[in-house]
Amino acid sequence: MTIQAVPQERDRSRQAFLSRSTLVTTFALIVGMLAVLILNALPASSALHVSGATVALLGKYFTYMLLALAVDLIWGYLGILSLGHGAFFALGGYAMGLYLNAQTSPLPGWQSIMTYFPVAALAILLAPGLLALAFGWLAFRSRVTGVYFSIITQALTFALMLAFNRNEMGMGGSTGLTRFYELLGFSLASENMTVALFVASGMAVLLAFWLCRAITVSRLGRVSVATRDAEARVRFIGYRVDHVKLALFVVSAMIAGVAGALYVPQVGIINPSTFAPLFSIEVVVWVALGGRATLYGALLGALVVNYLKTVLTGAMPDAWLFILGGLFVLVTMLLPRGIAGVISAWRGTRFGRRTGERKEVSA
Amino acid sequence: MSFTTGWKGPAPRRRLTIPMLLCLLMACGLGIGSEASAASGESQVQASKGEPQAQAKGEPRALLGALDTGSFQAKGDAAQAIAESGAEQKTRWLQALLDGRLGKERRGDRFYIVTDDSGREWPIIDAITFEDAGTGTRRTVDIFKINNELRTRIEGLLASLSLSAGNEASRLSAAQRLVGEVTADNADRVRGMRDDEESDAVRGQLDVALALYDLQQGDAEALDALRGNLDTRVRNALTPIAAGDSALAAEAQSVLDGIESKRAWYDRAQTLFFGLSAGSILVLAAIGLAITFGVMGVINMAHGELIMIGAYTTWLIQQALPGQPGLALALAIPGGFLVAGGFGVVIERTVIRFLKGRPLETLLATFGLSLVLQQLVRTVFSPLNRRVTSPEWLQGAWQINEALSLTLNRLGVLLFCLAVFAALWALMRYTRLGLEVRAVTQNRAMARAMGVRATRVDMLTFGLGAGVAGLAGVALSQLTNVGPNLGQGYIVDSFLVVVFGGVGNLWGTLVAGMSLGVINQVLQPWVGAVLAKIIVLVGVILFIQKRPQGIFAPKGRTS
Repeated sequence: MTIQAVPQERDRSRQAFLSRSTLVTTFALIVGMLAVLILNALPASSALHVSGATVALLGKYFTYMLLALAVDLIWGYLGILSLGHGAFFALGGYAMGLYLNAQTSPLPGWQSIMTYFPVAALAILLAPGLLALAFGWLAFRSRVTGVYFSIITQALTFALMLAFNRNEMGMGGSTGLTRFYELLGFSLASENMTVALFVASGMAVLLAFWLCRAITVSRLGRVSVATRDAEARVRFIGYRVDHVKLALFVVSAMIAGVAGALYVPQVGIINPSTFAPLFSIEVVVWVALGGRATLYGALLGALVVNYLKTVLTGAMPDAWLFILGGLFVLVTMLLPRGIAGVISAWRGTRFGRRTGERKEVSA
Repeated sequence: MSFTTGWKGPAPRRRLTIPMLLCLLMACGLGIGSEASAASGESQVQASKGEPQAQAKGEPRALLGALDTGSFQAKGDAAQAIAESGAEQKTRWLQALLDGRLGKERRGDRFYIVTDDSGREWPIIDAITFEDAGTGTRRTVDIFKINNELRTRIEGLLASLSLSAGNEASRLSAAQRLVGEVTADNADRVRGMRDDEESDAVRGQLDVALALYDLQQGDAEALDALRGNLDTRVRNALTPIAAGDSALAAEAQSVLDGIESKRAWYDRAQTLFFGLSAGSILVLAAIGLAITFGVMGVINMAHGELIMIGAYTTWLIQQALPGQPGLALALAIPGGFLVAGGFGVVIERTVIRFLKGRPLETLLATFGLSLVLQQLVRTVFSPLNRRVTSPEWLQGAWQINEALSLTLNRLGVLLFCLAVFAALWALMRYTRLGLEVRAVTQNRAMARAMGVRATRVDMLTFGLGAGVAGLAGVALSQLTNVGPNLGQGYIVDSFLVVVFGGVGNLWGTLVAGMSLGVINQVLQPWVGAVLAKIIVLVGVILFIQKRPQGIFAPKGRTS
């Protein structure tokens, strides 16, 4: 990932793609998924049995990991902090929700096209993608950067939340979309479906991880890192910075949309609170905690924070916001590079070599 | 955030009540009518007895006796006779008659006024001497019944009666009641009173009432007196006249058009006021950010929670001083400033100082702080909303005329906002701290070289911004309930206002906040509150794309 002016670009890219972190992450994801599947297949009496509810919960974590990946792609490698990624997630979710609703009762008006899965699948990618394209095109063209970009993304998701709360939108108003029964002709209530969705989510995380890794080690990725660190210089050299940003932003929004689409059938509801700015900011904290610009850090952060959330909101609901808020403060002050930073520092001391001291990410 | 839900403009309220009153009156009239017909057999017998007594005018017993008739027309004439008589008790009689509390003994010829008709046994007094007469029931006292038409007539009589007596305020209210109530019966009386009247205000109202009567009689000249009158009753009376086809109708239409356009202007003034008041809330919430974000470059996501702390301080001070909301509010202004400012200084010392030059990290850390502060308030106080009572001089509305009234608490917030802005501006412009803040903003290294203690300036600046947020909280507590989520709703809007106005520019914040408030208010009647908000948000987003430096770009190289 370090920037070197080496001519044999293709070889270098392949090497970077097959780096240790990619392999370890891929291995961990596959082993984790297989372990859950095997433990789930054990008889219910066994002590190691993993229940269907837990599988569904882990499936939900996978979708959160996917969303964190999307945020890390643009925050870590492009330096643009989107406080509105929940909007793309929710749009994907609403597209899926419409499709699921169409399975039980025909939808009115234009929504009736969502009855067909290919259309719905297209919508899951296109709705967030087009919004990101339009929004990003406007923002990057007029060089809205840094904090300003964060604020207007927040305003965007806030405006969308207000809009989806209106009953006139035909999206269920403040209740949102719920009462899902069937997906692709299979009942959502069955345990097999839970497992299938879990596997689908896990595969989606794996594919998105490879995709992001491929992007970041490519020429595009290196230009984007350069943009993050010295935008004016990259522009001056002759790169179209706004195109680079737009490309990554749209890809990131689409990944978030897929995450939302996988999230909805597992949770059974999508409502405007997903658009709330708080959710989007929470996603940023997952990434910050895991470690920016590492990709695997985002996955780790999403898993750790959400596991903590599940445990703590059950055990001591009052303390959860103290802990989440405290995490925000402590991570930004004490662990600017997150868990991934801790890991690499630990590896550095253990193997007695410097692990390529990366430049402090500043944005 | 919804500024809109708090609106209770007086105009819609009035529009609601008039039809309701009408319904009520009609319902009463129907009820009385059916009772009257049920008892008609009895009253017809009595009617023949009542005739001769009516001739003895001037004597109280005879005057009241004349009411004892089945014919509502005759009753009306009897009431008129009472009003024109010299009897001292006539106002009370007519009021009792109107309230359905005047009656005659069934087996005898005494007249009673029922003082309380809620139970089965009514306490009664003698109608002529007002002496206590024990109790009566429906069986012993025959209440004089009235119908709707008679009610209107008695109301007119009462109004003209109170016109000739009482102080100016009661005469004025009587004159206002007379608008639209002048009939052939009392027109001459009213005309006479108008000539005797000393007060200009009462005479003006009587002129309107008479002009309306004259107009209904077909007098075109009367229209001039009604030109530009904003009273709803005048407008309602003019509408059927203007619907005709005559020259008078055309004339009336032109007067009506004049009234409508005048009302439209006042409506616009009202919208402007509502907009400015909504804007002043935005400005109050954003102006602290304009200092911390605009001047220091620190993104303080906990700003909304500092507002909340200011509001809770107001609530606490009010709890400590029960029954004295005015004093509590006066103390809350410095109190809210100091408490929120203190929190601000602590936040700056413990967190923000270490994140200098890393705006995105600052954003995240302060967001974490905002969650902690919210939960802290929830744990310490309770998640429930608290109510802060406004002092009396902030309650109610200032009714400028029929079409324009300004809610006092909103007016207070508007003035408070302007005062805070002026104080802040003066502080930045004329004090040593302001000079140092500007120096550190423009060139930190140079300012330090000149002996400015930059870290101290940072702390004070942040404390100042936080304190102003506390002041916003004090103001907000007068408008809405105080709860842990109070500040959260303002954070998105406040940032937009600051960015829209131009970062680091206090005037920009003022103009941006006020204009967003007004635009929101203007859009609302067309598209509804939520859509208006969405349109404003999207509009600002697009504006920032077009002009990232905001309305007022910072001058020089500071950006």
